[in-house]
Amino acid sequence: MNLAAFNRWFARGWLAAGYAFLFLPIVALVVFSFNDSPLPNVWRGFTLKWYAALAEDHELQAGLWLTLRIAFFTACGSVLLGTLAAFALVKYRRFTGRTVFSGMVNAPLVMPEVVVGLSLLLMLVSVQRAIGFPERGLLTIWLGHLLLGMAYATVVIQARLQDLNPQLEEAAMDLGARPWQVFTLVTLPLVSQSMVSAWLLTFTISLDDVVLSAFLSGPGATTLPLVIFSRARLGLNPSVNAVATLIVAVVAVGVVAASYWIARNERRRSQELARAGQA
Amino acid sequence: MKTPRLPPWLGGLLSGRSAVVGIPYAWLLAFFLLPFLILAKISVSEMENVVFKNLISYQDGLLTLQLKLSNYVFITEDALYLKTYLASLEYAAATTVLCLLIGYPFAYFMARARATVQPVLLMLVMLPFWTSFLLRVYAWKGLLGEGGWVADALVATGIDQLLYAAGLIAAPGKLLHTPFSLVLGMAYTYLPFMILPLYGTLAKMDLRLLEAAADLGANPWVAFWRITVPLSKAGIIAGSMLVFIPCVGEFVIPELLGGPETLMIGRVVWDEFFSNNDWPMASAVAVVMVLLIIVPLALFNKYQAEAQEAGR
Repeated sequence: MNLAAFNRWFARGWLAAGYAFLFLPIVALVVFSFNDSPLPNVWRGFTLKWYAALAEDHELQAGLWLTLRIAFFTACGSVLLGTLAAFALVKYRRFTGRTVFSGMVNAPLVMPEVVVGLSLLLMLVSVQRAIGFPERGLLTIWLGHLLLGMAYATVVIQARLQDLNPQLEEAAMDLGARPWQVFTLVTLPLVSQSMVSAWLLTFTISLDDVVLSAFLSGPGATTLPLVIFSRARLGLNPSVNAVATLIVAVVAVGVVAASYWIARNERRRSQELARAGQA
Repeated sequence: MKTPRLPPWLGGLLSGRSAVVGIPYAWLLAFFLLPFLILAKISVSEMENVVFKNLISYQDGLLTLQLKLSNYVFITEDALYLKTYLASLEYAAATTVLCLLIGYPFAYFMARARATVQPVLLMLVMLPFWTSFLLRVYAWKGLLGEGGWVADALVATGIDQLLYAAGLIAAPGKLLHTPFSLVLGMAYTYLPFMILPLYGTLAKMDLRLLEAAADLGANPWVAFWRITVPLSKAGIIAGSMLVFIPCVGEFVIPELLGGPETLMIGRVVWDEFFSNNDWPMASAVAVVMVLLIIVPLALFNKYQAEAQEAGR
């Protein structure tokens, strides 16, 4: 074997091993959700009984409903605030405290969640003592998730905004569009795709969060990850595998559908551009 | 095409930069900076039952500022805290090195793959990120536990003996709840954060530079170390910081995969707050944790800003 061929196979092998490392746990979760034996890692035949048990599991169901609501509001709020923050950072190169602002936008990405959760909780407790509001629960968890989600949404939308061709907006203005029209007719459609990605990303981040939720949740407000975490702490639990498999299935369908939708839009847009160029 | 005309006051507010900058700015000041200042304040406050005494009090014409620094003194004097901080930094550093060792060649081969397959490769790296991180960490509990697939493979190949000799696991065959399982779990979780920035810089690299180096007589190995690696420095730093910083304060992974001797600082904050109900102490531990990561944080922000400037 010559050196080039060896290099090629080495590269392929390394990539394959890396992907195996990344996907092995997901495969294991799915496989053992169909395991008849209640003991982990001991295969005893195929069953669907853990899925049937989920229908009776009210703790999980209540957690799921709460988690979905929080994730929905988090995603909407994050995209709204993230879009504003991304515009502020890209369009306005100079304003008072820009360095502080960009630092604060990026900080929740890397700040330990324990610190973010603890500090937010301490503030909310002080506020609650002063004015008797808010109770710990959906609202407070949402505030915490929003902080994290906004940071991610800003990064995603900012990246897209920077790639935009400024001539498109300039052309619209030359043709007499008002600033508000430029924004709604030109800029917004061009970044809408990244806003969809940001929405999906922040939705899954909120869906997944343990630490912020643990600090900010109150009695009676237990999210799905908190239920899963408390069961996983005690040991392996087939019901967790079954939930995991369902989540993986939903996410897989969602990601495939979303990327299909994005690819189709991209094609249509480039066709439109090509036609506009010919005319 | 006609767009609905907005009332002038609303139009002025929305198109004005004051709203675009002001709303997210005010939000971050209220929900990120203010809570952090409160955390810092509580860390030096006296707690009486559940009420904090004011730091500044005015009594009999005397204005006094009371700072209770005993929490900080205690942290520096107590060997357990010091050991935990050091252990957190060590585990985070080990995770970063492991991610770099796996991730750099991975990102390199991705960036040099055929252009048509690169989007697929990229999506496959991001795909696990979309499925629950908590569940993937939980899955390692099964994989490394007794009879788990990875545990069996490591025992069959004798790698567990090596790990035991290196002092990373407590006994041959016992892989779970050890420094090994902790670092493996963290490396697994944060590997995409290392790969993505590395891929970003490596894919943008101008390959003609390598041709030039070859023309000038450098062999591929020399060209790699003297051209590719220096040019991917921004990616290496961004990736390392994205792995290192969150690992220092990690809570979920040590809780699920770590053991009694792998105490990390995120856990200490959690315990001080939830088990001991000592809010000032939890705050003080958290403040010191932030101070520890402030240097890598500043480094990360600097490179992030530079990358964004370069992206224009």
